Amino acid sequence: MFKVLRDLLRYNREFLFGSLLIAIILAVVVASYFAPYDEMMTYAVIPDMPPGSEYWLGTNSRGQDMFWQLAASMRNTLIFGIVVALISRVIAIAVGLISGYVGGKTDQAIMAFNDTLGALPNIPILLLLVFVLRDQMTWPVLALTAALLGWTHDSRLIRSVALSLRTREFTRHAAFSGMRTTQILLREHLPYVMPIVFFTTMNNLIWAIGLEVTLSILGFSDINRPTIGGMIYWANAHSAMVAGIWWWIAVPMVAVVMLFIGLFLLAMSVNEYIDPRSRLARMGA
Amino acid sequence: MTEVLDFKPAVTQAQDVLTIRDLKAYYVNDMFGVRREVRAVDGISLTVRRNEVYGIAGESSSGKTSLIKTLAGAIRPPMRVVDGSVNFSFGDTHIDVYAEPEKMKAARWQNLSYIMQGSMSVLNPVRRIKHAFNDFAFRHMGLDRRAFRQRVESHLQKLGLDPNVLEAFPHQLSGGMRQRVTIALATVCEPEFIIADEPTTALDVLVQQDVLGLLKEVQARLGSSVVFVTHDMSVHAAITDRLAIMYAGRLAEEGPTQAMFDNPQHPYTAHLIASLPRIGDVSTRKSLAGKPPSLANPPSGCRFHPRCPIAIDRCSKEVPEMLPSAIGGRVACFRAGEVAVK
Amino acid sequence: MSKLLELDHVTKLYPVGGLFSRQSIKAVNDVSFSLDADKPEIFAIVGESGSGKSTMAKMMLGNEVPNSGRLVFDGTDISTIRNRSQREAFMARVQPVFQNPFEAFNPLTRVDAYLFGTAHRFAGANNQAEKERVCDEALQRVGLSMAEIKGRFSHELSGGQLQRVAVARALIPSPKLIVADEPVSMVDASLRMSIVNLFRSLRDELKVSIIYITHDLATAYYISDRVIIMQKGVVIESGDARAVLDNPTHPYSIALKNAVLPPDPRAASAAIRLRSAAAAG
Repeated sequence: MFKVLRDLLRYNREFLFGSLLIAIILAVVVASYFAPYDEMMTYAVIPDMPPGSEYWLGTNSRGQDMFWQLAASMRNTLIFGIVVALISRVIAIAVGLISGYVGGKTDQAIMAFNDTLGALPNIPILLLLVFVLRDQMTWPVLALTAALLGWTHDSRLIRSVALSLRTREFTRHAAFSGMRTTQILLREHLPYVMPIVFFTTMNNLIWAIGLEVTLSILGFSDINRPTIGGMIYWANAHSAMVAGIWWWIAVPMVAVVMLFIGLFLLAMSVNEYIDPRSRLARMGA
Repeated sequence: MTEVLDFKPAVTQAQDVLTIRDLKAYYVNDMFGVRREVRAVDGISLTVRRNEVYGIAGESSSGKTSLIKTLAGAIRPPMRVVDGSVNFSFGDTHIDVYAEPEKMKAARWQNLSYIMQGSMSVLNPVRRIKHAFNDFAFRHMGLDRRAFRQRVESHLQKLGLDPNVLEAFPHQLSGGMRQRVTIALATVCEPEFIIADEPTTALDVLVQQDVLGLLKEVQARLGSSVVFVTHDMSVHAAITDRLAIMYAGRLAEEGPTQAMFDNPQHPYTAHLIASLPRIGDVSTRKSLAGKPPSLANPPSGCRFHPRCPIAIDRCSKEVPEMLPSAIGGRVACFRAGEVAVK
Repeated sequence: MSKLLELDHVTKLYPVGGLFSRQSIKAVNDVSFSLDADKPEIFAIVGESGSGKSTMAKMMLGNEVPNSGRLVFDGTDISTIRNRSQREAFMARVQPVFQNPFEAFNPLTRVDAYLFGTAHRFAGANNQAEKERVCDEALQRVGLSMAEIKGRFSHELSGGQLQRVAVARALIPSPKLIVADEPVSMVDASLRMSIVNLFRSLRDELKVSIIYITHDLATAYYISDRVIIMQKGVVIESGDARAVLDNPTHPYSIALKNAVLPPDPRAASAAIRLRSAAAAG
């Protein structure tokens, strides 16, 4: 594992740059645990101070230090995104591999459900849920809901690969070697869908963060819990742009763009590394 | 237009069309710090004469596919020509493939064409056959549309094909028919040089002979040279005039096909011929011990020595040179001619 | 005499065409033959692409069910195999060897995984030492050893070696029947005869019957005891291999035999000339 990281850092520029961006973001996230005051507290510092030596990223009109706000928001948003991505990956892999391997009627039925779910518009459903659940709509519930909505496209991609793997001779060979279906799926097929899984994880992460930001900006989430979207929501509520507090908007935006670019670059380089063709080339096939 | 393209020679002297000198082409793979060098073509010299079918035989990973890619100037990274030269001479036009890529580009299809293993790689499955002729040959012929169409139709007729195939889609034709169309496509410009890469391997036995017969006939009529690559020794027996045997990126033996089958000089050639099963003969056929060498890490000395039944000490230390053989060809073996596997 | 495998008027249809013009073609049309249980033999099924020979292999391995007729293996109708344990009992007695060894072994999986899996499931080997012993025994029979194979990936072995590993793997459950679908067509010429000769020794020494499916008349002649020749799903000629291939009677078998290129330049080029002369005239 260490050698893999070293090779990637040394030979792949995208990976180097991507990890640099992500490292900055992670450092900020780690810093959130050392905040000098509670992240929910308002008027802890002098409001509306521009970025400078005392407050690196300035302060907002609610008397919060932008740096510590950003740290807490980034942590919360990232955790949200990762939870969504992980849950939806497990569903996408299971559905995609099983549907592709079993084939026939089962495949048709699963894919019909898959496509129906995929055709539903996400934001209205989430908004509806927010209205129905009101105060019970905590972030874990939101994450679970988003995860249940966010796997359909990727399971279809995984299935398309699984369908072709099913007809490969090594699948039949594995069956005649006494391997059970789960073994065939996990040992023989999973490595071939890993590049898709990895890349869609990154996409899904970005999608989930975008979803969170959208809902928060609209004010449909727990607005007191700091998130990237929540920061923008408060900035809007205080007309930060009109008041000339540009850093209130700029800080979360720059941070989210850094996060997206970093994730994208990492996804690209790691994808190249775990691609079966490139793996085989390195193994000397 | 016509005068630019009209440099086709009328001369048919017994002159070499293709000369390869000490050609070395390696695959250099550098991925995440793992550097690998695969010596697919490692010091090959050969010549192909006018009006002959030159066979290249070899097993998988012997480098035969890399060799024809190299001589056609069709190599891409990670493959690189490290040393040596490839020269074509089409009449008065002489082309050094790796020094003059522009000249080579102009000669493609006009002077040099290809017949590939899968006909589907040249025939687009969703377009009619006539489009393939337009795409590949039209701009090289310098004819107007109608004359071009007439020329193509008469060419198809000469090859025993119904001109109606032009209106067909590839999937409407059988595998043998498709391969005949690709031969027609490759020969419509009457090129002096044709590269045929395993053209019959994917075909059923029943049509294999037809396709080979057609190819031989076209070759004889046009007087062109064909480099014919296949692993199948029976196909080489049927169609080639001279034959080169490749082993692990080098030539093991080269010579007149008939003489090589009658009296192979290299132990590897002898084995390839002796191991062919024949109907009417049930005597036990032996198989070579060991496995084909890795081109990334080939054996020292003669690359065949670990599997050779008659290897001596010298074989593992020195590399045998290609020297004239007793049957009018060349052979790279210290014990050339000592094998009599019958 | 009891039968090892009996095909009784087996027919397999395949649907062709789209949603509106559904038709079916007979991939295998009314095929019957049987193998005796106490007389191991190499039984060749010869045909070109589209002859139905690969469909036959799939049916004999239980991967496809015939539309009519019965395939009976050792007293059990193969189509009645439903659950996992019946299927495993069947697989312990009938094993396949596939066409392309580089396809049959997943390039990202170690080759020994297939051997250990088979040893565990079908030979009752539960610990690592036991598995290795069982696999080594099978590998020795094909002229290899565990030491050469352990931890290797498929690209580190030659096609011939891999195909021998595939045969060794098929031998681990001590099967009664091996179904080999074009087992040598993707193997290099210098290694091909090692596989073909191996089948012969399996028949003679281990008393395993082998269904040898091929398009190559020359190797069929070389190793098989009996042969059937198929054309478009129909058996057009059958009988003792040497007798049938020396003197074929059906026009298609004759054409097939004549299409085999003799491995001799004089005869082969004469055959080619004859063909193109016939095509021209």
